[in-house]
Amino acid sequence: MIWEVIYRLAIWPQILFPSPLQVWDTLYHGFVGGRFIIALQNSFRRLLIGYAIALGVGTFLGLLIASSKLIDETLGAFILALQSIPSIVWLPLAILWFRMGETAIIFIVVLGGTWNMVMSASTGIKNVDPTLIKAAKTMGVKGYKLFFKVIIPASIPHLITGMRISWAFSWRALMAGELLGSGQGLGQLLMWARELGNMSMVISIMIIIATLGSVTDGLIFKPLENRVLERWGLNSNN
Amino acid sequence: MLKIEKIQKSFKQKDGSNLQVLKDINLDIKEGEFISLLGPSGCGKSTLLNIIAGLENPSSGSILVEGNEISGAGSDRGVVFQDAALFPWLNVFDNVAFSLKEKGLKKDEVERIAIDNIKKVHLSKFKDSYPHQLSGGMRQRVAIARALAMNPKILLMDEPFGALDEQTRLMLQYELQKIWMETKKTIIFVTHNIREAVQLSDKIVIFGTQPGNVKETFEVKAARPRQMNKGYLVHLEDKILDILKEEIEKVMKEEMGDEYNFEESSLPWDPTRDMGSNI
Ligand SMILES: Nc1ncnc2c1ncn2[C@@H]1O[C@H](COP(=O)(O)OP(=O)(O)O)[C@@H](O)[C@H]1O
Ligand SMILES: [Mg+2]
Repeated sequence: MIWEVIYRLAIWPQILFPSPLQVWDTLYHGFVGGRFIIALQNSFRRLLIGYAIALGVGTFLGLLIASSKLIDETLGAFILALQSIPSIVWLPLAILWFRMGETAIIFIVVLGGTWNMVMSASTGIKNVDPTLIKAAKTMGVKGYKLFFKVIIPASIPHLITGMRISWAFSWRALMAGELLGSGQGLGQLLMWARELGNMSMVISIMIIIATLGSVTDGLIFKPLENRVLERWGLNSNN
Repeated sequence: MLKIEKIQKSFKQKDGSNLQVLKDINLDIKEGEFISLLGPSGCGKSTLLNIIAGLENPSSGSILVEGNEISGAGSDRGVVFQDAALFPWLNVFDNVAFSLKEKGLKKDEVERIAIDNIKKVHLSKFKDSYPHQLSGGMRQRVAIARALAMNPKILLMDEPFGALDEQTRLMLQYELQKIWMETKKTIIFVTHNIREAVQLSDKIVIFGTQPGNVKETFEVKAARPRQMNKGYLVHLEDKILDILKEEIEKVMKEEMGDEYNFEESSLPWDPTRDMGSNI
């Protein structure tokens, strides 16, 4: 509504400020014509590969850090420092190492999601209630079984929260990477639309990006996190 | 059946010095006995229980179960902790079945034993519930069922009812006595509540502090089920209280330094004779 009113007031020229109807039209044709679908497929493939690697590497490093004080004080401190670098800053390096292309962007996505996952995993494992571990030991559980049957499940709340935040970071890193990198993802389509001066297309893509970000968080991660927190008795309303 | 021989335990403190927590503990516990370890907080009761459970190593001395020295935790000793320590991701049934599955029993065997023990603590209706859906008393009952499921010879309980309200505590004390009489387990029960110890035990071991040591041992020669306010039990409570007063004064002097000035009978004892958890 407000959008339409501003449009009618014609503060900016039409080309720079399209009407909602124009945008709707672009969205519709973009999807029916398949252009948005292809861009989404490309983006999601990179995102999923990068995110999966980030979770795996992050959880593994988190375990390592939680397992030894020495590793915590060295590697842990180092990763804390890495965490403060926005992952897109790595792009020049990534381009040198992998050349401009698919791998460079996936690398940025991995870096976007990993550090936070490392911290969540190590915090989760360090904070497992020691009485739970004692109880398990009195029931004859030790070694790797103790690890997989008690320590990992007990740290799931932290792991889920880590996964959720890493997803958001990876998503941001992907968009940044695609805007600057090459290929045929959503970000590249956005840059291409800008070059053509197609504002309607630019806004459509921004809407898609915003929607996807909030839908995955609101429909998948947030409910999952809530369920886990409730089950683990960590929900404040409980 | 359980022999505790010359147990000493020191912890290394942050400043590098050693803190002696247990000094020369010797106890001989008979099969089927209900023993309470009674003493003010910080006197090393949990430490001793953890050593018996095999969760902690003594600095010297040994623990013998039926003549065999223990090494580490074992399914002949089940433990119930103060905060239940149930696995939040498992429901009541799976919590109780946990050790049985670990042992590699067959599925129907696991089910039979688990259900059996859940019945013993009257929680059949709640076998599919998760810990967060249960009250504190119910969680503690699940913890008891979980420990019993391993069919241990000895049940070690560390202030299991310490966090419960009075009503629930009385209920669970009653249920525990019934379970003890039915299963004939040897029970070592840590508490800082004098009345609880007198109500439940055959034998009460009173701990002194700094370092923890056995100060005195009482036999409770009263028929079961016991009712409160019988002269003998009250008399026993008073006797124990007298002994413990000294210990508590010692702790208080230590904590408050010169500001502490004890006047005879000035401690505000509450009617349950609970020494409190933070003394
Ligand atoms: N792992 C540990 N490291 C250092 N000190 C400990 C440790 N566990 C217990 N203590 C100390 O040993 C003393 C006895 O503790 P505890 O056995 O828990 O007493 P209680 O169960 O009788 O209250 C306390 O002063 C406590 O601070
Ligand atoms: Mg204790």
